[in-house]
Amino acid sequence: MSDVSYRELTVQGLWKNNPGLVQILGMCPMMAISNTVVNAMGLALATMLTMVVSNGLASAIRHWVRPEVRLPVFVMVVASVVTIIELLMNAYLNTLYHVLGIFLPLIVTNCIVIARVEGFAARNRVLPSLYDGLMMGMGFGLVLVTLGVIREILGFGTLLANAQQLFGPMATNWTLHILPDQAHFLLAILPPGAFMALAVLIALKQGFEQRRAVRLTQKSNIKVAVVASPAQ
Amino acid sequence: MRFPTHTAPLPEAENSVRRVMTLVLLALLPGTMVATWLLGWGVLINVLLAIVTGLLAEAAMLKIRTRPVRPAITDGSVIVLAWIFALCLPNLGPWWLPVFGAIFAVVVAKQLYGGLGFNLFNPAMVGYVVLLISFPEPMTRWGPAIDVSGAALNFTQSLAWSLNGILPSGVGYDGLSVATPLDHVREQLTAGATIHNATASLFNGSTLLQSWNLWLSVAFFVGGLFMLWRGVIRWQIPIAVITGVLVMSGFLWLLDSTKHASPVFHLLTGATIFGAFFVATDPVTASTTPRGRLIFGFGIGVITVLIRSFGSYPDGVAFAVLLMNLCVPLIDYYTQPKVFGHKQAGKAR
Repeated sequence: MSDVSYRELTVQGLWKNNPGLVQILGMCPMMAISNTVVNAMGLALATMLTMVVSNGLASAIRHWVRPEVRLPVFVMVVASVVTIIELLMNAYLNTLYHVLGIFLPLIVTNCIVIARVEGFAARNRVLPSLYDGLMMGMGFGLVLVTLGVIREILGFGTLLANAQQLFGPMATNWTLHILPDQAHFLLAILPPGAFMALAVLIALKQGFEQRRAVRLTQKSNIKVAVVASPAQ
Repeated sequence: MRFPTHTAPLPEAENSVRRVMTLVLLALLPGTMVATWLLGWGVLINVLLAIVTGLLAEAAMLKIRTRPVRPAITDGSVIVLAWIFALCLPNLGPWWLPVFGAIFAVVVAKQLYGGLGFNLFNPAMVGYVVLLISFPEPMTRWGPAIDVSGAALNFTQSLAWSLNGILPSGVGYDGLSVATPLDHVREQLTAGATIHNATASLFNGSTLLQSWNLWLSVAFFVGGLFMLWRGVIRWQIPIAVITGVLVMSGFLWLLDSTKHASPVFHLLTGATIFGAFFVATDPVTASTTPRGRLIFGFGIGVITVLIRSFGSYPDGVAFAVLLMNLCVPLIDYYTQPKVFGHKQAGKAR
């Protein structure tokens, strides 16, 4: 895997092997923090940054780490990166830091970070590793933000509420009121709502893939078994 | 050529889905009539809205899933589901409560799991719990048919209130609505009153309203006995639910009778009887073995009282049913009856 195609990495990270929809990794922060768009964006950015930096570092040191101790070493690297990001967010995005709470340091334990470090960065050159971290982080973040959009609209009736926590004072008036106060569907912002929304997203992706496979089969007249497996 | 095969006096299969559902609907009638008498037309409006939306949602989902629509619509299972669900709803609630809940119950809790016979959770209770969690305020809009000042809504006025929130002039919403007995007792207990004062102050001493839950319980009990008599349900689940409620509330009552309501109060208020006979006995989501049914029902009774006494909601039947639904596969696995001639099921390897 010395020469990797960047195009393939993009497709893998954003769609085919999406951490949120296909690998279904990092469920805990995904469920807990996706109740508003701004929270979701904050955690998505932090996770993405962690993945890029730790992928790059792990790839850079991969020749000097003995295989027997690679996992502890990689975990140390990820933990250091997360600590740096946590301190930075505490300094510059303090309110958001408090909103995200424990889930920020918990990025260390997010399986998707160590999965990419161990599965990709440990055996690839630095640049593709950085790119893989970016694409996988973006795929995770996109699902997180989509969940945030769905849940915030249904549950709070707003979009981009408290945007100033992430974008500074200029974003104070960004809040869009989409649903009237009467029609707030509280279940959407509670944990069951997160599971249902994610399930709907996964089902939509599977359904789309299935239909495309059927279309392709009809086109080329080759019989391809349509397999709908949730995780590969 | 075909030969008739029934030589011996073979028993005929009696229980089709449609027959069972028709009997359940018959059994629901006394309770529904008493509820309408006590609580007004809002009850019937809820039932009608839930049935119509339930049927439409079922038809739409079956169409999407490319399954035959007609048999599923005409077997009455959706009507029973929607009816039981609608009876849980507050009679002064807005129209979208039954509509939204029925859609959620049919689409998510029933059809997404595979339709009749495949659902893990009781769809009626899922619909109710989703509404209870999502829309706490509209879900408290209970009120008697005749309030203290003698005002009563007729059918068109109830319909206008449900659809548009318009009350006839001179009638205020505050005059119509009251706290349910469990709500009231809970509030009083939280405020520091003893259980004796809390139950004594129910509805300012109006006797008809005091017996509100008693009459409903009796009516549903009659319906339940009818279902038992016609063999629609077995005795294990209702008896076990009632036993569970009595045992748990009796224990708490003996522990501290100033803080916990008496077993009789727990038995006759809230949804205990209705839940025991109509909700917990759902053939799809309940346990299927005789011993399993006893465990299933007992668990529902115990959890109901625990939620009422220590939880954050006044009644706990719906949550208890859903929690025990989760345990059904486990219960069924460990309570399989021994097959004649074999050793204990599960142990024979």
